[in-house]
Amino acid sequence: MIQLSPFDLAAAALLVCLSAALTHALRLATAGRLLIAAARALVQLLVVGLLLKLLFTRADILWVAGFALVMLAIAGYESFARQRRPLVGGWGYAVGTLAMFLSSFTVAIIALTVIVEPDPWYTPRYAIPLLGMLLGNTMTGVAIALDRLTQSAFDQRGVIEARLVLGHTWRDAISDFRADSMRAGMIPTINGMAAAGVVSLPGMMTGQILAGAPPLEAVKYQIVILFLIAAGTVLGTVGAVWAASRRLFDHRERLRLDRLGTPHSAA
Amino acid sequence: MTSRGNAETPLLRLAGVRHDGLEATALELEPRSMVFISGPSGSGKTRLLRVVADLDAHHGDIWLDGRHRGEFKGHQWRHRVGMLPTESRWWHKDAASHFASLPGTEALKGLHLETAVLKRPIDQLSTGERQRLALLRLLANAPRVLLLDEPTASLDADSTGRVEDRVRAYVEESGAAVIWVSHDENQAKRLATQQFTMNAGRLTATGGRAK
Repeated sequence: MIQLSPFDLAAAALLVCLSAALTHALRLATAGRLLIAAARALVQLLVVGLLLKLLFTRADILWVAGFALVMLAIAGYESFARQRRPLVGGWGYAVGTLAMFLSSFTVAIIALTVIVEPDPWYTPRYAIPLLGMLLGNTMTGVAIALDRLTQSAFDQRGVIEARLVLGHTWRDAISDFRADSMRAGMIPTINGMAAAGVVSLPGMMTGQILAGAPPLEAVKYQIVILFLIAAGTVLGTVGAVWAASRRLFDHRERLRLDRLGTPHSAA
Repeated sequence: MTSRGNAETPLLRLAGVRHDGLEATALELEPRSMVFISGPSGSGKTRLLRVVADLDAHHGDIWLDGRHRGEFKGHQWRHRVGMLPTESRWWHKDAASHFASLPGTEALKGLHLETAVLKRPIDQLSTGERQRLALLRLLANAPRVLLLDEPTASLDADSTGRVEDRVRAYVEESGAAVIWVSHDENQAKRLATQQFTMNAGRLTATGGRAK
């Protein structure tokens, strides 16, 4: 594998700076954001690189679990921050995070113990990137689905209550919006899987090929990962929408929009 | 508390019902009674109907046929205590899909509706047509109590008369009771067994036993 020198990084950074200068010249007012985002990526990735280096030297299950939980907490926050009307009282954070925990961790453990089978199964070099890819994709699905669910409950209050006053159960009253939100959460993953290899070369496969892996080996890994991501996203989306829609109603099956926060613009 | 349908048990009883500006309200409805409530906008008429339908959290107790609200699940209660909101809402493409069994031609004719309205796209129906269909949709549940929120506000005189006749006939044949929110003094005179006025959340009797 060809090692990159600091000079190589600087050359790439120069390209970003030139791009920023271009957007500035075009008065797009994005130069500042572009540079800040680039700086964030630089710092965050260097920190993660150092942490991973540290983690790889001690393949201890507690260290791996701790690292995984921090990743989960951040993913949970991201999916919460992307909802315009999240559930209040910690539920908006808890529902998404718990759904991601159940789906991503389950799928990751199955992948490690049944499919990839490193020894030991929690070997950080396999466990952490696998979980990261699962969390990243599930996070997007869960965030979209929860945002759609809470927003449509708010917008379609009239329809939901029209069904409630006719004696429908809360499940029936929200069923259409539930299905719609689950679909919305799954579609990016389904589309991504359908376009894999045709429109884009998936990042992990590209990385393995760059690192010198035979293309077919890289492809096999990528296929496994895509399927795991699909399963994780479906599980996470279904779980999050199920729990959040339950929370939208109380023990008397009343629609409780007072449990939704005030709108803030999506990040 | 558990006795049902004997002469002393009112069909619907409210005791100390309070919620969001509604003052403690007590009310008893006998079978076949039609209670009319009028009052200025924002005085709490719709809020009271929503509370009786158990759509909003509230204080106080409500009994149906001597059984406390808590003995029913939310949807079971609302199936028996059916509310007709001012504005009807629909979630399938046509009205027919909202009925488990389609209303007969007679029932439709009684409300001045053609059979064809059932299959027409919902958004092509007039507000008045939708409102009358919503009444049929509600009556199909055979509720014990009807909560009607200005059910004839969007109707002409002829359709209004037909809705009144339909509700009266339903009450006669089923023994149900009605709480009817209306601004129409003449309508109250035609139908009401008791009349109330709502003012700033306080319900006061203004007339009773008109018929």
